[in-house]
Amino acid sequence: MEMDGRGSRPAEIETDSVSLQQGRSKFLYQFTQKNLPACKPVLSPAWVISIFFVVGVIFIPVGIVSLHASQSVVEIVYRYDAECVPEPFRINKLAYIKDDSIPKNCSKSLKIPKHMKAPIYVYYQLDNYYQNHRRYVKSRNDHQLLHGLNYHDTSSCAPEDVNHGLPIVPCGLIAWSLFNDTYSFFRGIDELKVNRKNIAWKSDRDHKFGKQVYPFNFQNGTLIGGANLDPNIPLSDQEDLIVWMRTSALPTFRKLYGRIEEDLDADDTISVELLNNYNTYSFSGSKKLVLSTSSWLGGHNNFLGLAYISIGASFLFIALVFLLLHVNNPRPYGDTTNLSWNWKPMSG
Amino acid sequence: MIAAISPSLGHREKPEIEKHLRDLCSQTNKTKECWTIIKSELTRFNDTDYSAVTGVVIDLAIAKADQIHDELNRLFNGSTDDKLKYKYLSCSKNYNDANRNLVLVKRNFDSNDYRNIPVQIDDTIEELKSSILSVTPLSPFNPVSVIAPLVFVVGISMLKEAVEDWHRFLQDIKVNSRKVKVHIGNGLFMHKSWQSLLVGDIVKVTKNEYFPSDLLLLSSSYEDGLCYVETMNLDGETNLKPKRSLETTLRLDEDSEFIDFKATIHPPTRLQAPKHGVRIRCGDLHRTGYESGVRNSTRSPSKRSRVERKMDHVIYLLFGMMVLISLVSAVGSAYFTKSGSFKIWYLRFDDNVDDLFNPEDFMVSGLLQFVRALILYGYLIPISLYVSIEVVKVLQAMLINKDIAMYDESTGKSVEARTSNLNEELGQVEMILSDKTGTLTCNQMEFRKCSIEGISYGGEVTEVDLAASRRMNIDVERYRYSLDGSDSTGRSIEMFDLSTGDGSTEKDVLGMAGNSRISNARKESVVKGFNFRDGRLTDRMWIYRSNVSDMIMFFRVMGLCHTGIPVEENSKDKITYEAESPEEVAFLIAAQEFGFKFCQRTQSTMVLQELDPSSGLEVKREYKLLNLLEFSSSRKRMSVIVSDEDGEIFLFCKGADELADYGRTYQQATVLHLSNYAEDGLRTMVFAYKKIGVSEYEKWSSVFAKAKATIGPERDELLEDASEMIEKDLVLLGAVAVEDKLQKGVPECIDKLAQAGLKIWLLTGDKKETAVNIGFACSLLRHDMEQLHLCSIKESLSFQQMKDVKEEIMSQLQRYKQMMISDENRKDAPFALVVDGKALELSMSSYDVRNQFLSVAMNCDVVICCRVSPKQKALITRRVKEYSGKTILAIGDGANDVGMIQEADIGVGISGMEGMQILYFVYKNIAFGLTLFYYNIFTGFSGQDLYDDWYMVMFNVVLTSLPVISLGVLEQDVSSDICLKFPALYQEGQRNISFTWKRIIGWILNGILASLSVFTLNIYILTPSSFDENGHVADIEHIGTITYTSIIWTVNSQIALIISHFTWISHFLIWGSILCWYVFLYAYGLLPPAYSENVFHIFTDQIGPAPIYWIATLLVVVVSLFPHFLHVVIQRSFFPMDDHIIQEMKYSGTDVDDTPTWLREQEKSKQLTQVGYSARVDAKIRHLKEQLHRKRKSFYLSVTNSPIYKTVTRRDITTIHD
Repeated sequence: MEMDGRGSRPAEIETDSVSLQQGRSKFLYQFTQKNLPACKPVLSPAWVISIFFVVGVIFIPVGIVSLHASQSVVEIVYRYDAECVPEPFRINKLAYIKDDSIPKNCSKSLKIPKHMKAPIYVYYQLDNYYQNHRRYVKSRNDHQLLHGLNYHDTSSCAPEDVNHGLPIVPCGLIAWSLFNDTYSFFRGIDELKVNRKNIAWKSDRDHKFGKQVYPFNFQNGTLIGGANLDPNIPLSDQEDLIVWMRTSALPTFRKLYGRIEEDLDADDTISVELLNNYNTYSFSGSKKLVLSTSSWLGGHNNFLGLAYISIGASFLFIALVFLLLHVNNPRPYGDTTNLSWNWKPMSG
Repeated sequence: MIAAISPSLGHREKPEIEKHLRDLCSQTNKTKECWTIIKSELTRFNDTDYSAVTGVVIDLAIAKADQIHDELNRLFNGSTDDKLKYKYLSCSKNYNDANRNLVLVKRNFDSNDYRNIPVQIDDTIEELKSSILSVTPLSPFNPVSVIAPLVFVVGISMLKEAVEDWHRFLQDIKVNSRKVKVHIGNGLFMHKSWQSLLVGDIVKVTKNEYFPSDLLLLSSSYEDGLCYVETMNLDGETNLKPKRSLETTLRLDEDSEFIDFKATIHPPTRLQAPKHGVRIRCGDLHRTGYESGVRNSTRSPSKRSRVERKMDHVIYLLFGMMVLISLVSAVGSAYFTKSGSFKIWYLRFDDNVDDLFNPEDFMVSGLLQFVRALILYGYLIPISLYVSIEVVKVLQAMLINKDIAMYDESTGKSVEARTSNLNEELGQVEMILSDKTGTLTCNQMEFRKCSIEGISYGGEVTEVDLAASRRMNIDVERYRYSLDGSDSTGRSIEMFDLSTGDGSTEKDVLGMAGNSRISNARKESVVKGFNFRDGRLTDRMWIYRSNVSDMIMFFRVMGLCHTGIPVEENSKDKITYEAESPEEVAFLIAAQEFGFKFCQRTQSTMVLQELDPSSGLEVKREYKLLNLLEFSSSRKRMSVIVSDEDGEIFLFCKGADELADYGRTYQQATVLHLSNYAEDGLRTMVFAYKKIGVSEYEKWSSVFAKAKATIGPERDELLEDASEMIEKDLVLLGAVAVEDKLQKGVPECIDKLAQAGLKIWLLTGDKKETAVNIGFACSLLRHDMEQLHLCSIKESLSFQQMKDVKEEIMSQLQRYKQMMISDENRKDAPFALVVDGKALELSMSSYDVRNQFLSVAMNCDVVICCRVSPKQKALITRRVKEYSGKTILAIGDGANDVGMIQEADIGVGISGMEGMQILYFVYKNIAFGLTLFYYNIFTGFSGQDLYDDWYMVMFNVVLTSLPVISLGVLEQDVSSDICLKFPALYQEGQRNISFTWKRIIGWILNGILASLSVFTLNIYILTPSSFDENGHVADIEHIGTITYTSIIWTVNSQIALIISHFTWISHFLIWGSILCWYVFLYAYGLLPPAYSENVFHIFTDQIGPAPIYWIATLLVVVVSLFPHFLHVVIQRSFFPMDDHIIQEMKYSGTDVDDTPTWLREQEKSKQLTQVGYSARVDAKIRHLKEQLHRKRKSFYLSVTNSPIYKTVTRRDITTIHD
């Protein structure tokens, strides 16, 4: 009796384990015994050389394509902050920019070096402007931008939060210091229309700036920062502001001003009429006007393409060096003379 | 009434407690406060209840937390600002959590691990503080994103501690609730748990039971109130110690007799009180008493692995780095603010609304900036490191527990890693301190061989001889093949033959010891303790031998000269025995097998059932026991004097090897056999006898009786003299050898350990002879070793004597040292140090002797310490650890080893990339954290962060922490079977090559390079021109997200470069982490803008569609990984390490295709060791070769000197000349 009982049990366990073996338990067993099937790549010289070689071979064409894309972009950069100050004020530019009575208009003609295909993006570029300073970045209130006066807590906007006891919409230093130079372009006597719609991210316009929120009590204080806003246009349509409120990452940055939706031919001369209102003189920043086409890779920036090419080239070079070293002075694969117990006695 | 036994023996000394508590306090912030409170508490808790004191410490911590909380409360309640109040609320919630955790900790630790608590509390407070700090306007982050990971980290570690404590708690309960039978009145005995025993209880303990306390023996089931106890758990001695009850309580045999039992005990009397933890081996006991105290008084030490301790230093380094860049940031910011005031009009510094940017008070704002920078750059400190390491260790411990190779089939138990703290240390052990009984041996004696009248029985050839001869044959063959190596065609065939042959012999050599013993044991399993096979003696064949009368004497000595008691067992006619030592039991069993069954002992008689050779019948003979001369360490023998039925008086004597001097014709043979047995690790005993004339006996008897009756210090000496008087002119009969049975696999294991370069010390409570025997048995000792003995003969010494002995030891040590230095041929004459407990105590007592001792000991190949108490075991461990700075592994099974185990660095072995995880953490946090710093340089050091708060949270918690676990748990450079074949690979771990400062700095540099390339490349690629086709330029969020993507790719790919063993789990974790980042980014962007803010739709609408995002990521990742990859490639190609080569060999199939090479390397990788089975075989081979050489030489000489040879050669020469 007892024998029977004992005899039947292992069989039971066996059948159980067989059925379990396929699935989870097998995995668990392998896992706990550190026996999971594994791929154990060993960096053999062949692998090393081919890795460097393959990476090099991939990188160089990518680099060439990128460089080509960047080179296809036509970009005109014109720095105007110094030029647009009339001769007598050049010694004290600050006085000029602060004096509202002096007209700030300024014009300049630019030559188009190459054919520029529409759309041509118009940017202003500021240097040494710390839009990324923490105090600046935090000086805004996203709730207020979306909900307007319904949202009261604007403490983060100080000191541009309240004026004359009333809240400011939009509050904060970013909005207060809105860029206010303007540009208009003429080819001959025809004005080149600058489309200033759709220059901000669509998601910003639709979801982050209120359609029912109108500027209120803005630029009403003793200190006037930058541009004023039309109180009759809702914030979601104030695209200048929306672009400006996307704070830049570095002290040198460009911001989209608008698009010229006509082609410009090579050797065309266009004239720029601009109002030089914005004060960059006090902190010795600079202002530039940028006209640029774009490629699938964005604007004009050779760095990416050059980096790819040089990395690719150096990888090919390393592959070659390794190949030569390996051919001239091969270390046999799995060579036992390199084992420590084989060379120890020789060295000591 | 039964009165109390004297109070506990093991009371902790007061200074020790105080020291412990002071340590405890020094770990808290307010040391002084803590100490004053604890001191006042101590008076309350007189019984040194640690949990109570711990409670005080925790209360302190809670009080401190409360204080901080109250301060904040005041601060925030005074404010009318809603936002501040909201922040306060969230902070307060955090405080409550922490407080609850504190209380939880208190509860958890109430019974147990008091050591960890203060640290834990401090951590909690620190975290609480840092959380509070973070929610103030100082913080660069949003409060929830700071608190969430902290809660996570603290939660996980608390959970782990709680679970481990719970297990310990359950264990405690289990021990405390063991049952014992207790007298409850009216002669009734009931089961009661250990913890409810009180002083004065009468308990009844049966055979082989442990008992819970000090006991007073009242009576035993043996007539004369005798019982044997084993004290292994107290002092490591495995022999049984007899205890006798008082005459007056002897009659208390029946339960019912306790109805009216009353006793008063006067403590000063010397009581036979077996101690707690002792196992009764014989009979029932009724006894009283509780309040024992032989607990281990060593403090449970902080067990942190060497890697962990170094990790702390790395953290300090990172902290230093963090403080440095914070300082730079603070100064930079103050300067920027000061110089930008009035100029940078759009920042409005001069409005002074923000304390952080106040140009007028730039000291204050600089200080605040510093604090803020510390919080921001906190990412340099890998907070999740500790959590990841905990998780890795728990998983490792799980893998260790589940390892089928460490599963014992006979007990059905698998290995149990009690703590996961020290896993990685296992790869770095350099020294093993091992207990003997229960660890190396099974505490089971077997009768193996005997030598009677110069003839050895029970097998001649030893295993070492066999292995040596086999190995020599292989060597000869191998030599021949290597000579033929030039002939490639012939070679391959021959090599094949060799390889098959070689493989099996290899197995034989290593498996030999274990296998032969197992097979023997299986065949002979009928009789436990008798492993003797010799057709000449067994099955009563001895009666046909010529010298039957001497044989009978031999067996009589075996059957009569002992102190054992027969225990009748119902089954069969065999009898089992109880005796002071397992050897005696083995002798008695052997005697029984030879036909001399010892079957009865009374106070004055012994009955032996003898086989009568002439009739072939079994005859019962009664011997009168006249005297028993007990064993003493100076005489090294014991004798019985009996008179047989004819009235003839015999002295039967057994003793140490010196007895053999009494031999006549066969003395030489016996001595040779003795040394052979000893070489084999067998314990030997010499038998002799003597016939005494009646008158001589009577003369001596009176002297002896007088000596016995003497009371006073000279008694022992008189007894000794009397014994020696009669124990002379003995007749040598022969010798016997018993084997202290080794645990399965011990010699092989020691062999492997020795080859891996580990040193092995044996610490045992047993006497010197036993310890040395075991040393031989497990090949720790060899006969050609230089044995240095440090022993003190006398047990107790006066002060002056102690001083003398100490000086002697010192001079002895100096001599040894001189010997070691001057001996040129150290390879051939390895040193072994044998030291006994007393000498050890003296050697450890003062600084200079100790140093001398340790320096000698470290230079020895083997150290054996015998007769050491548990406390000394612990002490040696500590001193050796301090002196050598090496990682020490202690092995032991009994309670007497606890101190030693606690002192040692660790407790069993897996391979791992020790510290690699930590290095990786350092790398990834530097790569990430420094980009924050670089970015700050471009923001006028204003403390602006480049990444979204939630990215930062995700970094340590989710996106980069999981692959590390696969590195820690799954990584193998070579598989475990290869590790076993190449023990030398282990030395990489000992040298700790993966976690040297060179490597740490290397990885820090790698992190710096990665951070630099990630940051600068992204900046150059993405600014200032537009980054997509629609003319949009990148702002902070875009650059931050793209840079962050590069970092996630870089650090996760980096781990893929480190790993060399990819299972699907590693793939899943690494690539899954990267995928997880994209999923997170996508999901985060879908949240309404109120939550996602600037990240809203960033992936779907803005950067996702821009090709530059993807192209840039590829470039940045390749460039950031390049330095490390190049380094690895160069190292592998030009400076490969052992494991690389073996990986390659394995990968290219050397082990299968070119087995000779594979085996040759295995052979070579074995270190030339002086210890272990292989070493013994080597020594034997050397010895045999020498003999062979000598033989050849003599043969050659005999040939060349012979006249025939001379004439032949001369003729040869002349023919040539012709």
